[in-house]
Amino acid sequence: MSELAHGTGGLIPAAEVPEMELPHPHGWWSTYVFSQDAKVIGIQYSLTAIAIGMVALVLSWLIRLQLGFPNTFTFIEPQAYYQFITMHGMIMVVYLLTALFLGGFGNYLIPLMLGARDMVFPFVNMLSFWVYLLAVLVLVASFFAPGGPTGAGWTLYPPQAILSGTPGREWGIVLMLLSLCLFIAGFTMGGLNYVVTVLQARTRGMTLMRMPLTVWGIFTATVMALLAFPALFVGAVMMLLDRLIGTSFFMPTLVEFGERLRYGGGSPILFQHLFWFFGHPEVYIVALPAFGIVSDLISTHARRNIFGYRMMVWAIVIIGALSFIVWAHHMYVSGMHPWFGFFFATTTLIIAIPTAIKVYNWLLTLWRGNIHLNTPMLFALGFIVTFVNGGLTGLFLGNVVVDVPLSDTMFVVAHFHMVMGVAPVMVIYGGIYHWYPKITGRMLDETMGKIHFWITFLGAYAIFFPMHYLGLLGVPRRYHEIGETAFVPASAGDLNAFISVVALVVGAAQMLFLFNLAWSLRHGRASGPNPWRATTLEWQTPETPPGHGNWGPELPVVHRWPYDYSVPGAKEDFVPQNQPDPSPSHAARGLAT
Amino acid sequence: MAVALILVLVAVGSVAFHLLSPWWWTPIASNWSYIDATITVTFWITGVVFVAVVGFMAYCVFRFRSTPGRRAVHEPENKRLEVWLTVATALGVAAMLAPGLFVWHLFVTPPADATEIEIIGQQWQWSYRLPGEDGRLGAVDTRLVSPDNLLGLVPGDPAGRDDVIIQADDFHLPIGRPVKVLLRSVDVLHNFYVPEFRAKMDMIPGSVTYFWFTPTRTGTFDVLCAELCGSGHAVMRGRVVVQTAEEYQAWLGGQRRFAQAAGDTR
Ligand code: HEM
Ligand SMILES: [Cu+2]
Ligand SMILES: [Cu+2]
Repeated sequence: MSELAHGTGGLIPAAEVPEMELPHPHGWWSTYVFSQDAKVIGIQYSLTAIAIGMVALVLSWLIRLQLGFPNTFTFIEPQAYYQFITMHGMIMVVYLLTALFLGGFGNYLIPLMLGARDMVFPFVNMLSFWVYLLAVLVLVASFFAPGGPTGAGWTLYPPQAILSGTPGREWGIVLMLLSLCLFIAGFTMGGLNYVVTVLQARTRGMTLMRMPLTVWGIFTATVMALLAFPALFVGAVMMLLDRLIGTSFFMPTLVEFGERLRYGGGSPILFQHLFWFFGHPEVYIVALPAFGIVSDLISTHARRNIFGYRMMVWAIVIIGALSFIVWAHHMYVSGMHPWFGFFFATTTLIIAIPTAIKVYNWLLTLWRGNIHLNTPMLFALGFIVTFVNGGLTGLFLGNVVVDVPLSDTMFVVAHFHMVMGVAPVMVIYGGIYHWYPKITGRMLDETMGKIHFWITFLGAYAIFFPMHYLGLLGVPRRYHEIGETAFVPASAGDLNAFISVVALVVGAAQMLFLFNLAWSLRHGRASGPNPWRATTLEWQTPETPPGHGNWGPELPVVHRWPYDYSVPGAKEDFVPQNQPDPSPSHAARGLAT
Repeated sequence: MAVALILVLVAVGSVAFHLLSPWWWTPIASNWSYIDATITVTFWITGVVFVAVVGFMAYCVFRFRSTPGRRAVHEPENKRLEVWLTVATALGVAAMLAPGLFVWHLFVTPPADATEIEIIGQQWQWSYRLPGEDGRLGAVDTRLVSPDNLLGLVPGDPAGRDDVIIQADDFHLPIGRPVKVLLRSVDVLHNFYVPEFRAKMDMIPGSVTYFWFTPTRTGTFDVLCAELCGSGHAVMRGRVVVQTAEEYQAWLGGQRRFAQAAGDTR
């Protein structure tokens, strides 16, 4: 019955795709800088994303200093505070997470996991990185521009975003919109590459239903991003026009500080629809690669097949599709037509079902496994806890009327940090600890890794779990201080101070991680080609780190699904995907009933 | 072992925090206790799921952690279990969604006898307008906004002459009478938010949005802006005073009408 998903043996189709011509580097520059090798591009993407992510991390410290100790850090004026949260949020979501998952993990892993030599359009792939780097530089430039970066909030809602009551309206907002346009252009080049590579360049025997879930996650997220980012792109272009040449796409008749502006006839709500048509799928653009990667981490380190592989694939695809019809759950109190609430609440809560299935299947993969509690596995466990926590509070915010009191409070901030901040970051770390040996040939230090994990996981939980209750109390988000209010007890200030102290510690622990990355490069234990005894193709390369073109003269041939762990009758507790030996029969694996 | 224990502590600690910490919603002052009830139901369902998931994870980590000689069980699928879990999840989701949609229907359907009042946001202050004896609010036009006519009333409209206008002052409401709040902005997005009322809604320049509620408790409540509106967002404050009908009438008698206000400045 289950041949489709996990069939061993079977017919391997003859090679249909001719071997690709690889562009060969000549010398240092084209090997390490203007490289067309997806692995190098993946590393470039990752390092750039981590570097700009550090900026966002430092900004979160400044934000927390202000919230925890109001009136102490007088240089953080309201304007600066808004600039900090805006840049922090936008960098984290777009320039760190999206770039790292798709540009970083995607580039490094897709060709290797599929048995391809490289992405199908290596030159466009290289261009993708350089345009991304330019987008980052334009973004950074806004810190130095007159008036500073924009303080419009990462949602950039007009009319406020381009009016004078908001900091950074001179240059900041213009550079932000330009940078987003560049990012999207760069991403599109990479994204088309990933999609075509997955569809066209899989090696023999690698059917779609034999792809590791990591690839499924990145692939689906890329398709989604290709469909969602254009909405942001047009929104950004229209807003640029409103700002620079005085069109009124999003600008109604308005009077600001007693002055009648020359706008009229536009719709602020239209921008919100465009933004969230991108913004909600964006959550899953970050989440789906994380789902995929964490599935592979759990399966490998619990030495057990991923439970319900086909269900997992379908859940990824269904979540991807559904997430295009839930966007207005971010707009329940935006003043859109109230009847939308019924529709969007229903679709939003329906998504919970395939999402829950994924969680169950991760748990059932642990169940009756042989769990190795190494650093990647710990991060995977940390992911499940934070993702489930954040997913459950999503059921509050998705359920339209429950969102009314909670929307725009710290409850929302706590929710989305848990579900799309902490949880995906856990997976990124897990993934880095897992694949670093393949990238460098050396293991990251486990002791440092475990310290890093426990501080990050427990610390992040201690930051964001209590924060929900501030929101429940009624503390609004995007307030640089709560000021005089009757309903906020003084003890809330103590809680804020506690959160801020923990945030500083958690931030500092990330330095340990960076140190580990650098230190292990030279001093880490040599890993060998397959230190985790994993089944997927990237661990079966002839060289570690894999050379240009990934494989020797012959491409690998795939004979089985990626989750043959602890197969009864097999000698080892893993059977690599490219191992032909069909020794364990179907019957022996308890499939044929 | 230690890992399993810490996971259990995370689950137990979360529940303990929920039950014992002093931070909880403010006592309600409107008819929307339905919303609080729906939140409570959601807390129960999600709380049980959270503890079950983390607990089960801790059990697995404890019971199936790698020991010499252990081998995992190879079991790719289990249809019955998967179907069973899917159905149970769908039921749980429905148990939250059904009351949610029911209460949302109430929330967006103001009763016929609700008094219409208007709240106007501008950077960074609140203004209010009440209909006069004719029970109708006069016409407005953002293009007419000026220092003497901050709300942009159309001076020629007779329905507007008796409108009560409150600027830079506390707003008052009588207890027990449903109000339909019409929301307007003259510049950017704002959001009228009183935590004790549990209701909020954005104000959009160029549109009129609304919500309704019935004050159920007398007292003075803080008004905050809940939609980022520029650098003064956090100081865009106000106060609503809910009082008995008599007190309210006395206050109303002392308020100025649009015709008066326009006359004064002329
Ligand atoms: C050390 C970890 C982090 C801390 C302490 C932190 C803290 C904060 C704080 C205090 C705010 C401002 C809340 C407000 O007043 O509205 C904020 C906003 C935000 N953060 Fe984080 N954050 C962290 C990591 C992340 C990550 C990994 C993401 C990625 C998704 C993220 C995404 C955002 C977004 C989107 C906003 C909203 C910005 C806005 O309101 O426009 N943060 N963060
Ligand atoms: Cu969403
Ligand atoms: Cu405001």
